[in-house]
Amino acid sequence: MSLFSDPRWTEALSHLPDYLGNHVRVSLAALTLGLIVSLPLAIVARNRPLLRGALLGFASIVQTVPGLALLALFYPLLLVLAALTLSWFGFDFSAFGFLPAVLALALYSMLPVLRNTITGLSGVDPALTEAAQGVGMTERQSLFMVELPLALPVMMAGIRTAAVWVIGTATLSTPIGQTSLGNYIFAGLQTQNWVFVVFGCLAAAALALAVDQLLALIENGLRYRSRLRAALGGVGIAALVAATLVPAMARSASSYVVGAKTFTEQYVLAALIAQRLNADGLSATTRAGLGSSVIFDALKAGDIDVYVDYSGTLWANQFHHTDIRPREELLADLKATLAKQGVTLLGDLGFENAYALIMPRQRAEQLGIHTIADLAALAPSMSIAGDYEFFSRPEWAGIKGAYGLSFRTQRQMQPDFMYAAIASREVDVIAGYTSDGLIAKYDLVVLGDPKHAIPPYDAVMLLAPKRKDDAKLRAALQPLLGRIDIAAMREANLRAAGNNGSSSPDAVARWLWERIEKK
Amino acid sequence: MSNGPLIAYTNVGKTFANGDVVAVDDVSLEVAEGEFLAIVGGSGSGKTTLLRLANRLIDADSGSVMVEGEDVRNVDPILLRRRIGYVFQSGGLFPHLSVAGNIGITPRLLGWPAAEIAGRVDELLDLVQLDGGQYRERLPQELSGGQRQRVGVARALAARPRIVLMDEPFGALDPLTRDALGDDFRELHGRLKLTTVMITHDMTEALLLADRVAVMHGGRLLAQGTPVELSDSTDPYVEKLLHTPRRQAERLGRLLPRDGAA
Repeated sequence: MSLFSDPRWTEALSHLPDYLGNHVRVSLAALTLGLIVSLPLAIVARNRPLLRGALLGFASIVQTVPGLALLALFYPLLLVLAALTLSWFGFDFSAFGFLPAVLALALYSMLPVLRNTITGLSGVDPALTEAAQGVGMTERQSLFMVELPLALPVMMAGIRTAAVWVIGTATLSTPIGQTSLGNYIFAGLQTQNWVFVVFGCLAAAALALAVDQLLALIENGLRYRSRLRAALGGVGIAALVAATLVPAMARSASSYVVGAKTFTEQYVLAALIAQRLNADGLSATTRAGLGSSVIFDALKAGDIDVYVDYSGTLWANQFHHTDIRPREELLADLKATLAKQGVTLLGDLGFENAYALIMPRQRAEQLGIHTIADLAALAPSMSIAGDYEFFSRPEWAGIKGAYGLSFRTQRQMQPDFMYAAIASREVDVIAGYTSDGLIAKYDLVVLGDPKHAIPPYDAVMLLAPKRKDDAKLRAALQPLLGRIDIAAMREANLRAAGNNGSSSPDAVARWLWERIEKK
Repeated sequence: MSNGPLIAYTNVGKTFANGDVVAVDDVSLEVAEGEFLAIVGGSGSGKTTLLRLANRLIDADSGSVMVEGEDVRNVDPILLRRRIGYVFQSGGLFPHLSVAGNIGITPRLLGWPAAEIAGRVDELLDLVQLDGGQYRERLPQELSGGQRQRVGVARALAARPRIVLMDEPFGALDPLTRDALGDDFRELHGRLKLTTVMITHDMTEALLLADRVAVMHGGRLLAQGTPVELSDSTDPYVEKLLHTPRRQAERLGRLLPRDGAA
């Protein structure tokens, strides 16, 4: 199969209008907001050394915050703010997706604009500002007729830098729920779909170049007073925005939004749910790659309508319980707790995706390790790898406490790489997931948990408060409840971890549905 | 008003850097209507400060400056500057504006209609002997030094001022261009009935162009008068300044005898 006949290119292309459109809108909105704030600030600050120092210092600090962290910080901040406006003024707003992304990216765009505007304005020859005064200009006229036009090339260089930064960083807004070209990259990374990763990178780079060139055109137009060039550049930007608005408007507003966290199984399940809704004539879109802490709040706020979570995760992380109950009891308790918050626990899917400590079968047998209790004695000489959140989750504290575990080293990695790491003996033990298809593929063994330190993790379908009484939605989802067993899910996950044309979440979801139907 | 001086400095003082630098020290000086006054002095003599006090680019600390019979403190500085022409050292042209844009700037600030500005620009290009068709749309960097200064003069005259202030206007030009421009401006001064104050460090230029010459040194006005009056001065600095042109004139007279004239 040649590189370009791979069906994943076509699939990637089919997402382009949605992803690119959202990316353009969020980037340009952020850049516009950044300019509206930065330009006047720079003008006011240029002759005030204290303010100038403070502003540039602040912008520099913002710049040192990693883009992903900055984006992630705005989400809880806005949630609090939305709660405040609701209690004070009786309205709230969505702290999910667009707004936090725009605010964080706008902040990110400030440094180059501030710095270049201040540098550009202070670089204007004093003889010329004197001449401006001499011919009878007011301070304002001097600024707009002489200083700004002369500083323009330096300012535009800053604006272009900001544009390229914002467009690049906007790919990181996927985990806080803003669809962007980052969806390709996050999904591709999770499902080992390198076609998606490459496609996302190329698309983001092409967009950055295009916007940079359009801004250059506007700059040239302004500098050489060519209305044509400035207009062409302006029209280009406007056309970009307009072109991306069309598909967004064409999409029905009443569309259901299916959420997915950042790992393979979630991508497959979200695709499956969307397919079921479509099959029942309901339009559905997916918002994949959402952070674990973002997704539940997004559901509660109605930003997404449905997603699959795991009972133990909700129990421990969302509701901060430390006790571990039997499966049925925990489910019932959880259902009641969720209902109090308006969230419907529609039912469980039929499989469990529990955290589990996993070792290569051969090695475990050699060492006589069958359970975590057996592992405890040898752990101090071993290394363990887990996903990004595992070691900070309460379950890990629970396991460590129950068995007195202490490893030589702990490493965090991307879940799919974790399996490759244990297969190559890079690490001795991994904190994996019971539904993972790679367990069979790499001939690994799940260690027993005789003390029941790990809570049950039944996959459960959750509905947003506003969809509580949505009969059509419930009917469409009903066929999935209790129908996906652990074997089916493992195989689906294994298929999705493959790196070929039939391993896209959509294709695997179709396969999974066929299998469910056959039963 | 035509009887009184058009510009009058009375006991004017100005210091900079919180009083550490005395730029102008108790200067009184009058410029009559239609007069061409040159202020001569070295760098740091206070001549530039004195010039700028007249259109309030700088405000005096003490004393008073009267322009057209009004104390400048009571006049809006912006409006004052728009009715006084100002020619900057080496032009001071705005590099992003065309020749026409530079010349028309003050009329534009005064809100003249575009057609009237365009007409005035052509008239002025004619006046400073630049071909409109050729130069109107050029940018300053495409002009020679002399051409730039001609545009600078045209810009100063655009809004039909009665007073023109010139800050070492011909200092950076080669001798031939400088001479031609000086003569051309002197002619314009007479034809347009201007009142001109020019500062220069070159006594020869001052003597050849101006009706009267004022000599500044260390912020003080040492002497003022017609060349003849000035040559009677006993001030050693004034004598030193006059020494060079005198000696040059004598030597040149000997070196370049005209047929039958020497």
